[in-house]
Amino acid sequence: MRTTLVLAILFPAVASGGKVDFNSQIQPIFSENCYACHGPDTSKVESGLRLDREKDALKGGDDGKAIVPGDPEKSLIIQHITSRDPDEIMPPPKKKDALKPEQIALIRQWISEGAEWGTHWAFVAPQRPPVPAVKNSSWVKNPIDQFVLAKLEEQKLNPTAEAAPAILLRRLSLDLNGLPPSIEALSSPFDYQREVDRLIANPHFGERWGREWLDVARYSDSAGYEKDLPRKNHFYRDWVVNALNANMPYDHFVIKQIAGDLQPGATQDDRIATGFLRNSMTNEEGGAKPEQFRIEGIFDRIDAIGKSMLGLTAQCSQCHAHKYDPLTHEEYYGMFAYLNGIRETSLPAYTADERKFISSTNEKIQSIEEKIRTDHPGWENDFTKWQQDLLALPRTEWQAIELYQLGDSGQKYLPQPDKSLINMGYAGTKSSESFTGATTLPEIRSARLEVLNDPYLPFSGPGRSTRGTGALSEFRLKAGRGTEKPAPLPFINPVASVNPPVVKLDPARFPKDGNRSADDRTTGPAAFALDGNGKTAWTNETDAAHNNDPAVLTFELAESFKTDGTANLSFNLTQDHGGYNSDDNQTYNLGRIRLSVAATLPNALDQLPPLVREALETASEKRTPDQQRRLFAHWRENNPTFATETAEIGKLCAQLPLPTWALVAAESETPAQTHLFARGEQTQPQQIITPHVPAFLHPLPPGDPTSRLTFAKWLVDPKSPTAARQYVNRLWQAYFGIGLVETAEDFGHQAAQPSHPQLLDWLACEFMESGWDVKHMHRLIVQSATYRQDSVVSPSLRESDPKNCLLARGARLRVPAETVRDIQLATSGLLDETLGGRSVFPPAPGYLFQRPVSYGPKDWIVETDSNRYRRALYTFRFRSVPYPMLVAFDAPTGSTSCVRRTVSTTPLQALVTLNEQVSVEAALGLAHLILTDSGSLQEKITHAFQRCTSRLPDPDEISALVALYNTGLTADPAEVKLLLENHRPVTLDLSAHPLPELAAAAGVARVLLNLDETITKN
Amino acid sequence: MFPHSTLTDLQRSFSRRWFMKDCGLSLGSVALTSMLGNGNASASTIIDPHAPKASPFPAKAKNVIFLFMGGAPSHIDLFDNKPELIRMDGKSPPAELLKGYQSAFIRPENKLLGSKFKFQRYGKCGMEMAEILPHIGSCADDIALIRSMHTDAFNHAPAQILMSTGSQQFGRPSLGSWVNYGLGSENGNLPGFVVMSSGMKGPSGGNGNWSSGFLPTVHDGVSFNSVGEPVLYLSNPKGITRETQRRTIDAVNFLNNKRFESVGDPEINSRVAAFEMAFRMQDVAPEVTDISKEPEDIQKMYGAEPGKASFANNCLLARRLVERGVRFVELFHESWDQHGNLSKDLQKNCKDVDQACAALLKDLKQRGLLDETLVIWGGEFGRTPMVQGGSDGRDHHPNAFTMWMAGGGVKGGVQHGKTDELGFNAVENKVHVHDLHATILHLLGFDHTKLTFRSQGRDFRLTDVHGNIVKNILA
Repeated sequence: MRTTLVLAILFPAVASGGKVDFNSQIQPIFSENCYACHGPDTSKVESGLRLDREKDALKGGDDGKAIVPGDPEKSLIIQHITSRDPDEIMPPPKKKDALKPEQIALIRQWISEGAEWGTHWAFVAPQRPPVPAVKNSSWVKNPIDQFVLAKLEEQKLNPTAEAAPAILLRRLSLDLNGLPPSIEALSSPFDYQREVDRLIANPHFGERWGREWLDVARYSDSAGYEKDLPRKNHFYRDWVVNALNANMPYDHFVIKQIAGDLQPGATQDDRIATGFLRNSMTNEEGGAKPEQFRIEGIFDRIDAIGKSMLGLTAQCSQCHAHKYDPLTHEEYYGMFAYLNGIRETSLPAYTADERKFISSTNEKIQSIEEKIRTDHPGWENDFTKWQQDLLALPRTEWQAIELYQLGDSGQKYLPQPDKSLINMGYAGTKSSESFTGATTLPEIRSARLEVLNDPYLPFSGPGRSTRGTGALSEFRLKAGRGTEKPAPLPFINPVASVNPPVVKLDPARFPKDGNRSADDRTTGPAAFALDGNGKTAWTNETDAAHNNDPAVLTFELAESFKTDGTANLSFNLTQDHGGYNSDDNQTYNLGRIRLSVAATLPNALDQLPPLVREALETASEKRTPDQQRRLFAHWRENNPTFATETAEIGKLCAQLPLPTWALVAAESETPAQTHLFARGEQTQPQQIITPHVPAFLHPLPPGDPTSRLTFAKWLVDPKSPTAARQYVNRLWQAYFGIGLVETAEDFGHQAAQPSHPQLLDWLACEFMESGWDVKHMHRLIVQSATYRQDSVVSPSLRESDPKNCLLARGARLRVPAETVRDIQLATSGLLDETLGGRSVFPPAPGYLFQRPVSYGPKDWIVETDSNRYRRALYTFRFRSVPYPMLVAFDAPTGSTSCVRRTVSTTPLQALVTLNEQVSVEAALGLAHLILTDSGSLQEKITHAFQRCTSRLPDPDEISALVALYNTGLTADPAEVKLLLENHRPVTLDLSAHPLPELAAAAGVARVLLNLDETITKN
Repeated sequence: MFPHSTLTDLQRSFSRRWFMKDCGLSLGSVALTSMLGNGNASASTIIDPHAPKASPFPAKAKNVIFLFMGGAPSHIDLFDNKPELIRMDGKSPPAELLKGYQSAFIRPENKLLGSKFKFQRYGKCGMEMAEILPHIGSCADDIALIRSMHTDAFNHAPAQILMSTGSQQFGRPSLGSWVNYGLGSENGNLPGFVVMSSGMKGPSGGNGNWSSGFLPTVHDGVSFNSVGEPVLYLSNPKGITRETQRRTIDAVNFLNNKRFESVGDPEINSRVAAFEMAFRMQDVAPEVTDISKEPEDIQKMYGAEPGKASFANNCLLARRLVERGVRFVELFHESWDQHGNLSKDLQKNCKDVDQACAALLKDLKQRGLLDETLVIWGGEFGRTPMVQGGSDGRDHHPNAFTMWMAGGGVKGGVQHGKTDELGFNAVENKVHVHDLHATILHLLGFDHTKLTFRSQGRDFRLTDVHGNIVKNILA
């Protein structure tokens, strides 16, 4: 009843006197009832009739003219929708209920009036509409109000008076910063404009609004699916926050996230922005096919782009032409093709401080090397001679072996054209992989294992550990002639291009068991790969400066193995130096390897670090500065004269910070060809599709090359009908609880009708014309009189407009999940306001992260300092085990893009705020503030009340709380001790408070923190 | 996830208000009626999304217990006797079977592996199952066995999500959420959709298996634990007595009601009700989940041991929950991923599961609950007839697997569908996961094509555009 009333106001079902409007009145009926069989999906069109396009609809179907403009009685559509014959009537009773009489009347009237067609509003670029005139112009603060008021005046409704300053300050603080106002702010004189300026300039603005975008970006700190491996994703999160704080224009904001890597001179930040694309889940369960989940990732990216930028439920067209919107199956794969060249890679991310430190370290190293050169005038001759000697060595003729993986471990070693193998998908932590291959050399005298880089690996590898390093426990190669069973080749003299010192495995990274017990496994030099001892391993890991260099190992046979022309090889890669938990990032696998054999013994050239060898073999005038540096450094390291300097430089390198493994997108040099997938099934590739965009939307920017960057620019082109509308609509939704278009994710034919279509267009144009100025839009909204209305609602208005679509009052909404937590922390004085950095682990029940609740054991090492009380934005988010407090308050899990959260009120929420660890710690924090406050008990309680609700309590409220306090004084001291032992905030010393007072104050604090009002913006 | 309270409950709780007694403050005219809603969909949370609702068609089943055998049990070793496979043991699979076949771990051309387990006929119906399932076998005449299941995914997480939500893509509502959305709950103090986990690890699909997706969050599955706190945050914080908790909630509700009087937002009433229900649940749930309250012979029947985490305990708890009107109980037992150690681990799993499943069926039956409780047993896919890793393992296999159902409108003693002689493909009366879902909804009184929810511009169904009811197994 109520809905109908509002709908009747917003979208009159029967045109009262006026002409029927196709877009708002006819199209929705067609879309809902007819398009499934007479719509854009040409494979499903019945009787040759399409009603989604004017030309087709007027042409009619197999039976004749469905619509005869001006003549409803001759229009077959009227006959069918009014028929009583079950075979005739449309829509067919099996599929849909019959049209309502008022719908039929509308269609009839529309045909009589000439059946004038229109294009769906969301597919036409917005044009700035004139601002409507209003009677009560004194209420108006900016054009937003004129649009809102015009509608209210039409309905003979008055706006509600402006809310009191304290309410407005609370609303502004929660909306703009996601935090309640402080007592100090509440007791200062209120200047609206000053508060807006202050709050928009505060870095908490980026935290508050960054979270909105992170929903869209399906942000998470883990990979999803079964193993749900932790990710280090915070550089992307912080990029979003910083971009909002810096008021980066929205078009730039989008372009960088879709194609920042392709922008000329892309910086670390530009590349970090592409984390948006990498927030897709990745499945590393045993047996998963990397290619399958690469494609799933692209589907996910299109879904996110569709919901948040195109306003389309693009996902539908993954399998077939869209049922309701004119997006074809081919066009879906046209967009897919722009994203199909994405290479899933990572970069070593550093903070600004770290970058500074690195560059000063590099300067120090350079000056040491410079000093070597000054102190040893003859150095150049020696250096050159060393190079010449090396270059004079014969080139060993290595034969790379094409290896076939045996066994069923579920690890995938994917063969590459250069005969190397890349370990993709699931990476074991302790594994023995066997391969078979063959050589055509007449004899084998030596073997070589190259450990190579690949963009797929962390920091490009060469290993798969979180540092991009790997460890080889044992190298085993067997050979056999003809049908002989291959026998072990007795290798000697293992030499590696990098020989780290012997160290014990770090139980923090590669724990031997769940208790992280001390380990007797070690890593060290090349000999460890050939000592027959599984507890020792060679590793390429040294320091941050060298961890990601490729490496090489050579092995010799004391006696040559004669092959008779060919020999079968059996190769075994034993990698037992990972942690116990293969469902966590505990692998220490080599990432990309290539095995070769030779008929001669290796020489010093073969044993050079591959990058040094490459530099050496590059003509000296063509060497890059990096190659010159590497060559010199290698010479220096191997020259005893410079032992002191080398030791000194080694120490400097050891101090270099380890980078953060940030997932980013890059463009593949050899992009995959895109095929249309029949029914969305990758196993059914059809015709090749070249990159293109949907024809019903705006055209591509002229002259730009076909690239992901062009696609990105197209998404936020000023001609885009949806980009700006989508964004301003989501802003509106966040402020008022419901968007101007309620279906924020879908602006297509099935979308909800806009409540204020002209306001939406005006805002969209204003947004674009301001240069996509995000903060400008926030200002406009919060400065409007519409926003500033009181939220108190009369029963009759609530009855007629329960969702507040007409905006005759201010918004009263339960705050988002993160803000619930932030309010608890802020009001209790516990909040640590530090911005950015790694995600944190506030208290949560440990069993959630253990079997059998979690698929595999997960680390959740609870913070014991003020990191425990960071804003909820920074809480580590596992997709498979989302933080329970946040889920209870409707935070999404990040499995797919979310542009509109559900809002619920549940008993589980009550259990959280009553019983959950941090909630109770917050109560004790607030109790501490009460007890350390000055004034009478009434005053103390008043302040605490004000901290939580931003208003002063009335006398009844005060006496209720005072009574509660007094009852609390009689609490059993043993219980209070227990409370204190288990819930004392880690940052507070509460020992000075007498137990009865503490119990009493905690009782009051718990009540205040559990109030509906405390977690409500009103 | 929790139904709303009734007015009488609220009145009762208000009447013992500490405030009225101790503070002499009165509530005034709290407009409680508005929170009871009148079924208008636009009023979102002030309506009771969980009030019991009648199904559109007469239903056989009222409640569901889904015994989700995560990891995927081997149909060939448990339910689908393949003498030909035993004969072909050690031989290569026929090449034509492998055309276009994708496997997860093994090379498809690995040798065939016959089952090491003997099969026997159970019940009057002569249902064939492995000898290591004697207890489930003893219920054969109540069971409809579907040997022709097949699915689309061959990795655990996507296949589990498909079984749980009808889609491989995360983000869709789960079966239990759909059922709760359609039928509401019969118990005001307990969630309508309860999930428990036992076995080696948690389910591969994680919380996506019981997510409400785009349905209202109230339809999310709520995890119950068999050890420790039965429900997250159910216990009072240490140092907070029951009396203090009651007083806190009274004070919170008093202040909230007062607030409602001045601002008129019915959301406040929902929150008041939520706190009342939370408090009641704190009382009720520990009692419900305490299986030591069961007579010894019942505990023994299940093989349950109070205080331990086990599938048997969870089965007994599942019965206690449906008895109290919990609509949908799902037990995840993730233990069946036998890439190796097939013989030993299957025996162990059957020992852990067989007796408890049969006890559940018999216990429900002796209480007259089986007729209205649909019990479903099965995993996310089957296992390969080909060997993995030597001689004692099987890989993931989507082309064929077995599930069974009992109770709630299911015809007992039925053996539905067939696989080929190697157990590789379902060949006769094939049942896809969508068909299973359609059948489950049918048994609950729904037309699976009509149970829809509008999201992203279209009416979503559990069965998407698929699903045929398996009529042969209907009673």
